[in-house]
Amino acid sequence: MAIEIEKPSSVRLSKVAISKTHGEDSPYFAGWKAYDENPYDEIHNQSGVIQMGLAENQVSFDLLEKYLEEHHEVSSWGKGAPGFRENALFQDYHGLKSFRQAMANFMEQIRGGKAKFDPDRIVLTAGATAANELLTFILADPGDALLVPTPYYPGFDRDLRWRTGVKIVPIHCNSSNNFQITPEALEAAYQSAESMDLKVRGILITNPSNPLGSTIQSSVLNDILDFAVHKNIHLVSDEIYSGSTFSPSEFVSIAEILRNRNYKDAERVHIVYSLSKDLGLPGFRVGTIYSYNDDVVTTARRMSSFTLISSQTQHLLACMLSNHEFTQNYIKTNRERLNKRYDMIIQGLKKAGIECLKGNAGLFCWMNLSPLLNEPTRQGELELWNIILNQVKLNISPGSSCHCSEPGWFRVCFANMSEQTLRVALQRIHKFMEQRKVCSVNQ
Amino acid sequence: MVAMSKIATGNGHGENSPYFDGWKAYETNPFHPTERPEGVIQMGLAENQLCFNLIKNWLIKHPEASLCTPQGVNKFKETALFQDYHGMPEFRQAVAKFMGKVRGDRVKFDPDRIVMSGGATGAHEMVAFCLADPGEAFLVPTPYYPGFDRDLKWRTGVELVPVNCESYNNFKITRNALEAAYVKAQEANLRVKGLLITNPSNPLGTILDRDTLKSMVRFINDKNIHLIGDEIYAATVFMEPEFVSISEIIEEEDVECNRDLIHIVYSLSKDMGFPGFRVGIVYSNNDSVVSCARKMSSFGLVSSQTQHLIASMLSDGEFVDNFITENKELLFKRHKYFTWSLSQVGIGCLKGNPGLFIWMDLRKLLKEKTFAAEMELWRVIINEVKLNVSPGSSFHCEEPGWFRVCFANMDDHTMKVALLRIRTFVLKNNEAMVPLKLCRPSSLKLSLSRSLSRRMESPGIMSPHSPLPQSPLVRART
Repeated sequence: MAIEIEKPSSVRLSKVAISKTHGEDSPYFAGWKAYDENPYDEIHNQSGVIQMGLAENQVSFDLLEKYLEEHHEVSSWGKGAPGFRENALFQDYHGLKSFRQAMANFMEQIRGGKAKFDPDRIVLTAGATAANELLTFILADPGDALLVPTPYYPGFDRDLRWRTGVKIVPIHCNSSNNFQITPEALEAAYQSAESMDLKVRGILITNPSNPLGSTIQSSVLNDILDFAVHKNIHLVSDEIYSGSTFSPSEFVSIAEILRNRNYKDAERVHIVYSLSKDLGLPGFRVGTIYSYNDDVVTTARRMSSFTLISSQTQHLLACMLSNHEFTQNYIKTNRERLNKRYDMIIQGLKKAGIECLKGNAGLFCWMNLSPLLNEPTRQGELELWNIILNQVKLNISPGSSCHCSEPGWFRVCFANMSEQTLRVALQRIHKFMEQRKVCSVNQ
Repeated sequence: MVAMSKIATGNGHGENSPYFDGWKAYETNPFHPTERPEGVIQMGLAENQLCFNLIKNWLIKHPEASLCTPQGVNKFKETALFQDYHGMPEFRQAVAKFMGKVRGDRVKFDPDRIVMSGGATGAHEMVAFCLADPGEAFLVPTPYYPGFDRDLKWRTGVELVPVNCESYNNFKITRNALEAAYVKAQEANLRVKGLLITNPSNPLGTILDRDTLKSMVRFINDKNIHLIGDEIYAATVFMEPEFVSISEIIEEEDVECNRDLIHIVYSLSKDMGFPGFRVGIVYSNNDSVVSCARKMSSFGLVSSQTQHLIASMLSDGEFVDNFITENKELLFKRHKYFTWSLSQVGIGCLKGNPGLFIWMDLRKLLKEKTFAAEMELWRVIINEVKLNVSPGSSFHCEEPGWFRVCFANMDDHTMKVALLRIRTFVLKNNEAMVPLKLCRPSSLKLSLSRSLSRRMESPGIMSPHSPLPQSPLVRART
């Protein structure tokens, strides 16, 4: 039996380890706990909490499964597994050429051919989580700042700041113009950073936006790029929902904007992509950085050593995504199905008397419950959120966890469940709203 | 021109080390038996390529382990959606079991203390982020794996302070050396947060004996600093004495230990030969470290597709037992043939029982006892002998003249070509050579018959077996 000595003041872990910047104390994650303890099940637990806080795409799995059933020889290592050894040994941080080629093609198809991607500018990372952190390490020093439009994905607080020591300064957007990013808001954020003695190194936009569920207009993209040029800073465009726009014509990528400008000023632009949302494969950890800057590509590639994509997964996806017929069909069908889901939820919410921001992309809608707040404050929003979680039994994400400056907005996911479950969720919302009407009439 | 960060523009990526120069020479002219027989043979890559047949046979018998086969596709959706940073329970259980078996089941690992990372590369960086602030330091015995300079320092801002080990006592890590390094760190105003050891050692290939391990555990306890044991070569130890893990040492009666200080880095890249799959593991006895590392693992999770495959493979107890045994057998044979051939031309290596490489002693071939001379010799080996071996200086070795030579990352034919080239080179430089102390752990009498000697020189030999029939070593093992 080993002698266990009484622990003296335990040797301290790092400041990064002790800090709360991992962000898990946010209500964004608290709702998940309620769900984990009492998850809804169509058959076994019909009164459980319905998870509407997880932006997953489950509407198109049958297409992926069908591909695998028809092509299993190709995508596994083949009969007798001749390719296994080579694949298991492949650890080159450039990544499989066939995979990068397939990713480049897929990204082009999503953009309807309106932009071209060079496979040699694609750097692989284990998920967009890693890609965003990696880019931050490359573009900014500890103590520097990135400007990020609000509302934004709560995970950015961890991904951009935790281990990097970089700060986020919000670009405030509000409902008066559908939360669009304006040149005034950009300038105000920049000034705000300067007044705090923070050196701004770049802007990070998410297009299509999470949590808004809408694409950024071409004119706004041009304004943002002009601003970045004017301040001589970087521009990162997180386009992980680009394949989830309901209509192909509505999404404009920063890559198109650059093409229209003949790639002038391109060396400050970097795109983050992933297959977690568009293909519904979050478990496979497939993220990419696409940069127009050679030094960034080289450095990012070196850093990707810490977070490479499993060669087994690269191989599978190289096969799948180089099948042109499959990808064309998938992109088209996926869009149609997401559009249908979106219509379903919007109609359902409208019937219940709830308005949403007009959306055209993504796996969620941005719901306006501000008329229901007891008080127009963050506190009021959290109180309402608690009621929805514990009484209506829906886990949705409060706008404050997305740093929205206006209380009362909520992100509601609709693609991570069956149509039947979505119907049940809408029924519960309807009932909840009916009850509130009755209550307010009786007051 | 829009600027990048200091981390990005600095040299912290470590690719300017000579460790990588040889790779460049290899990449521009890689050896191929028929297409490029004069190309550079890669002996700078510590890979395990000897066991693939065994693994392939298992895969063919278990199509359900792949998500792409008719037998496995029913698991596709749930696996593809699984992104929980705890990792699949069956994956963690299988890995914990494997780690235990590799240590002869002398110790058990708790699946709930297993945290995933992007390979051991990701694991080391993650541990550094958890344990140390920028400007703080880890002690690392020399010579050490060059990648540590990048993995532990680049993005973390942590410093490495070498613990000097020397050849006179076979590069043993002494308490004095540890103390000296600690003092040196303090003098440089560096706060030491931990000691990182690699056991089995890269590049030495040796294992740490029980006394040394206990001495290190006592040292870190006295100083109240962490001990990180990189044990990624654990299953490549193919003969007595057996590998002893720090997880075993802390269970011993005469060892006082604060378990919160003990952490292990593991991976399947070397033991199983799967570097492409990026399966890195951090195992900690410290709850706070497990909790923090788990959150950080979001930046480098193992693909769920790969978790599924590994879970299937490593929960097959029979396969694992066969694998561990066969792996040792094949490495033993390869090592034996390789070192014996080198000894025939008077080249020795460090005494011990290495796994995927030997620590070759070429001090006698140096024009002078300097690192410049080592570099000169190394350039000759790359450019004339056309072998990419790794110079000791790139491992921060204190003495010039040592080279790490990998032998498990090639087939038999390639190995024979490499040996022939070495032989030719040495015989050409014959006047510099003096018979050296040989590295076999037991005294094997070497009387090479003339016919055997001729067989060795002929590139036509394809037999994977040792040219020495009835080796007493082989008999002793069984």
